[in-house]
Amino acid sequence: MLINVLIVVILIIGAFFTLVGSVGLLKLKSPMARLHAPTKASTLGVGSLLLASMIDAFAHREPSLHEVLVMAFLFVTAPISANFIAKVHIHRRSNVDALPPLPEGTEWATLDAPPDQKIEPSEGLR
Amino acid sequence: MTRHIFKRLLPHPMLTLLLVVVWCLLNNTIGPGAIVFGAILGLVIPAVTAPYWPDRPSVPQPWGMLVYIFIVLWDIIVANVVVARIILFKSNADMKSAWVRIPLDLRKPEAITILAGTITLTPGTVSADLSSDGTELLVHALHAPDPDAVRDEIKSRYERRLKELFE
Repeated sequence: MLINVLIVVILIIGAFFTLVGSVGLLKLKSPMARLHAPTKASTLGVGSLLLASMIDAFAHREPSLHEVLVMAFLFVTAPISANFIAKVHIHRRSNVDALPPLPEGTEWATLDAPPDQKIEPSEGLR
Repeated sequence: MTRHIFKRLLPHPMLTLLLVVVWCLLNNTIGPGAIVFGAILGLVIPAVTAPYWPDRPSVPQPWGMLVYIFIVLWDIIVANVVVARIILFKSNADMKSAWVRIPLDLRKPEAITILAGTITLTPGTVSADLSSDGTELLVHALHAPDPDAVRDEIKSRYERRLKELFE
């Protein structure tokens, strides 16, 4: 009985943070700000749901540790997709002037192309 | 000579161990069958993929890494609550998004990867890019009235610990 209450509480926490992540996607204005919303849904949101699934499995069914694997793979791959989206954003140069300047001779790796391959930002890409 | 044979058979001992553990978790059992088959996979896969990994990646001490993982998990919970409040109660006009430049003391690629992953997993900050010489990290913060504080916190809380773990 008590264990069911615990499972429900953790499920609600997970659902809440997933919902906030979706609200963030709708509400925030710039692409970079919107990128912050899924990181929250995929960490505490999915994390809580998986924790609830694990407690349920140990309490009522066969013990299962698949959730640990799901969480490990998710935590390893989520930053990579977020990094790719950020890189695409930098490539589109929508606010590339706002990037913090670097010491002379270096550049942010995404923008660092050989001179003949540099793509100047065009109107269409803005 | 024995060292050489050992290196041919087990080019990446940690990868072998990881594959056995993952195989047992996938099967949800720790029976002899799962361990033996996991061991076969753990011997074959590192041997076949060895040409892609010429050097052994540096592996931190397991105990220190465990402490680091728990610190990051705790920070993820705290940061989730902070960012949920920002998203729900702050208007877009009040939100001060900022790019933060973090000069890195870390040099090992594995350590920088873990630092960048940690920054992205902690809500409120996303690591976006690395400078071309690998000495600076570009981070985007959702709401940072004081970007220098974000930089100092990441440096003192995560980078210092990773430096102790890896170097």
